[in-house]
Amino acid sequence: MATVATSPEHHDAHGDPNASFLDVAKGPMSWIVTLDHKRIGIMYLISVTVAFALGGIFALLVRAELFTAGKTLMDADTYNRMFSLHGVVMVFLFIIPSIPAAMGNIILPIQLGAKDVAFPRLNLMSLYIYIFGACFGLYSMVHGGVDTGWTFYTPYSSSDPACGQLTPCGPPGVGSPSAVIPMTLSAFIMGFSSILTGVNFLATIHKMRAPGITWRRLSLFTWSLYATSVIQILATPVLAITLLLLTMERFAGLGIFDARRGGDPGLFPHCVWFSSHPAVYIMIVPGMGVVSELIGTFSRRDIVGYMFIAMSSLGLALLGFLVWGHHLFVAGMSEYATMVFSALTFLVAIPSGVKIFNWVATLYKGSISLQTPMLWALGFIFLFTIGGLTGLFLGMLAVDVHLHDTYFVVAHFHYVMVGGTVMGFFGGLQDWWPKFTGKMYDEKKGVAGWALVFLGFNVTFLTQFVLGSRGMPRRYYDYLPEFQQLHQISTVGSWILGLGFLILFWNFAESLMKGPRAPRNPWGSAALEWQTPSPPPLFNFVKDPVVNRGPYEYHLATDAELDEGMADLDAELAKANGADPVKKTEPAKSEPAEKAEPAKSKGDEGDDEEKS
Amino acid sequence: MSTEAASPHDEHEGDHHAHPKWLAHHFETPAQQFDADKLGMWAFLVQELLFFSGLFVAYGVFRSWYPQTFIACSHQLDKIMGGTNTVVLLFSSLTAALAVRSAQVGNKKATGRFLLITIACACAFLVIKYFEYSHKIHSGLLPGYWYAPHDIHGDKPLPPNGHAFFSIYFMMTGVHGIHVAVGIGVLLWIWARNRRGDFSKEYFTPVDLVALYWHLVDLVWIYLFPLLYLI
Repeated sequence: MATVATSPEHHDAHGDPNASFLDVAKGPMSWIVTLDHKRIGIMYLISVTVAFALGGIFALLVRAELFTAGKTLMDADTYNRMFSLHGVVMVFLFIIPSIPAAMGNIILPIQLGAKDVAFPRLNLMSLYIYIFGACFGLYSMVHGGVDTGWTFYTPYSSSDPACGQLTPCGPPGVGSPSAVIPMTLSAFIMGFSSILTGVNFLATIHKMRAPGITWRRLSLFTWSLYATSVIQILATPVLAITLLLLTMERFAGLGIFDARRGGDPGLFPHCVWFSSHPAVYIMIVPGMGVVSELIGTFSRRDIVGYMFIAMSSLGLALLGFLVWGHHLFVAGMSEYATMVFSALTFLVAIPSGVKIFNWVATLYKGSISLQTPMLWALGFIFLFTIGGLTGLFLGMLAVDVHLHDTYFVVAHFHYVMVGGTVMGFFGGLQDWWPKFTGKMYDEKKGVAGWALVFLGFNVTFLTQFVLGSRGMPRRYYDYLPEFQQLHQISTVGSWILGLGFLILFWNFAESLMKGPRAPRNPWGSAALEWQTPSPPPLFNFVKDPVVNRGPYEYHLATDAELDEGMADLDAELAKANGADPVKKTEPAKSEPAEKAEPAKSKGDEGDDEEKS
Repeated sequence: MSTEAASPHDEHEGDHHAHPKWLAHHFETPAQQFDADKLGMWAFLVQELLFFSGLFVAYGVFRSWYPQTFIACSHQLDKIMGGTNTVVLLFSSLTAALAVRSAQVGNKKATGRFLLITIACACAFLVIKYFEYSHKIHSGLLPGYWYAPHDIHGDKPLPPNGHAFFSIYFMMTGVHGIHVAVGIGVLLWIWARNRRGDFSKEYFTPVDLVALYWHLVDLVWIYLFPLLYLI
């Protein structure tokens, strides 16, 4: 098969076809209508980062309010809206699209050696659906937000005390007075963005792999995105229809979730968790994929149990559909159902444990370099283990009765979602930042940011395990005086955490403005995305790659592939005349020669293999 | 690998011949593009099925809770109109399949004709649905708060919780109707593309995929009709 010759000459890319994707076209229109997966990914990245900052501000306000018992900053009603908006923004606007849609978009096709995702137009459409959905969320926020919690439990969310103006009315005066309908529509719409991304990635992973990338040579990040795509396709539509039914229930009083009208409010949490528990794995599995990459790169060795890690992602995707009942142990299920759900919940520990043990085994006798991305990965392993093990407490029937709806639950899922996914997200961002932007960042600030986030996170949420086990219920505005000290420690922790993220963003901003140029492979990784220039050209590779080893097979990688490329960079810098090393000055003559090198070295390596 | 490096020009030429204008830049071969498109569509149809599944679960739960209500209320639906619509949709699925067949053999004229018949059937379905809906609105057989039955078939009043049946009826047929309307739009677009001469024996993927979507819309109705009208 003639699967060669990138032939960007055919396409109407402006100027040099091997210029980086950031330089290939200029102006806002070149971003708004772009079909390039890397640009779409960067727009996602900006969107989710803004959402993360917004959700973070809500979180800081919630913690500040809890600094003293009773009223500290805001009244109870505002507090309810703050914690609900924190949850809604973090779950729907940040975590779900964070790693798959933002980072996956940029990295996945490069790791597959493809020019783009399978459906570039659909990809752009997903982004705009996400933004359209986010607009509904913003509309809801300026019209009072929601006070239902991010799960929108019925019957509180489905009853509108102010009904009667637009629609006929149910019993007046009860239910949530907040702007629930625009918020559920927002989540409904953003769900389709997530589904379409899943469809796109699934087809991409199946059909767009470069020659030589067999299923056993896929990166573990790709495997995790594969599992995530399956969940997105199977779970998210169920959430969508559930939210649509809730919207119609509130608008028209369908009666499905309303006990006064022959329905059952208990149906709603079952439908939500049937789809949202798998969605928990949409959130965590890509984080695990990122960590697998980081562990491989910064231990410089083959991942132990590669296939086990890959299959455990699929195992989590499957088990995720069978355990939703553990959210509802105290919601009036039959005892037999709770026992089955409890037993199935314990099974989740197996694929999670498989991953943890294999990562740790990979570290053993690896040549570990403790650079910033690796610190995030180690943080992930440490915190996710705590999050996972405390999940077993909650899966145990008798213990759950005591711990249900307390701060213990809050601490548990923050250890998974923040200690897991957010650690994975920022670890990945620190790792791939040079690839995305072509700029290096300051290592010292990177480490300082990580240290503060790690410290602040533990101060905030370890205390919440104690609070919860002593009986502090979650979501409460007020508390008994004996909880005050722990609440204050937790709030101080949130400030340390916030400070850590500020340093992190300061580091990134500084890197964008005056960071030194990044070499092709600053970490000396054997993975495919590091074999192309930083930032990559429009079609990802100067020459279409043909792959003859797995992404972690360091013993098969050539010295040229693992070369951190500082020499290239020095030569380039010397060539660039003047203060600003603009990329326009460097194309055609110097670049192809240098950048063909990785591909050529692969050819050499292939020859070597043939000889050996 | 060394040959690739040695003769980029030849490959460049070969590449050019193998790259017709309907082959998107990021695919290497037509087969790769077709396979990816087909897989993507099937994945999309799976999510469509799960989207409807929530409504089928609601139907199942409420039917098991209120069987008498569901039987009495289903007698309020017009079996003749529903049956006609079933025949219309089944026929449109046939013409959609025939459109794909004509596209595969490169018969542009027949493709256009079959697509138009499919679109006409889809419109007929919506027109019949419109008459059904107006009859329900007239009799107050509406979802939720608007449920106020009067002028109904038979002398006995409907059992309690009839609003739940009509909530589910309107949600299911409404969501399905939206899918029919979207289908009309997409079929029109494919029809226009066919007229423009976009398709050939070598490239008929969009016709194929839209027909797949249309079969799913048909299939959902095949379940809706007996569940809501007959049993």
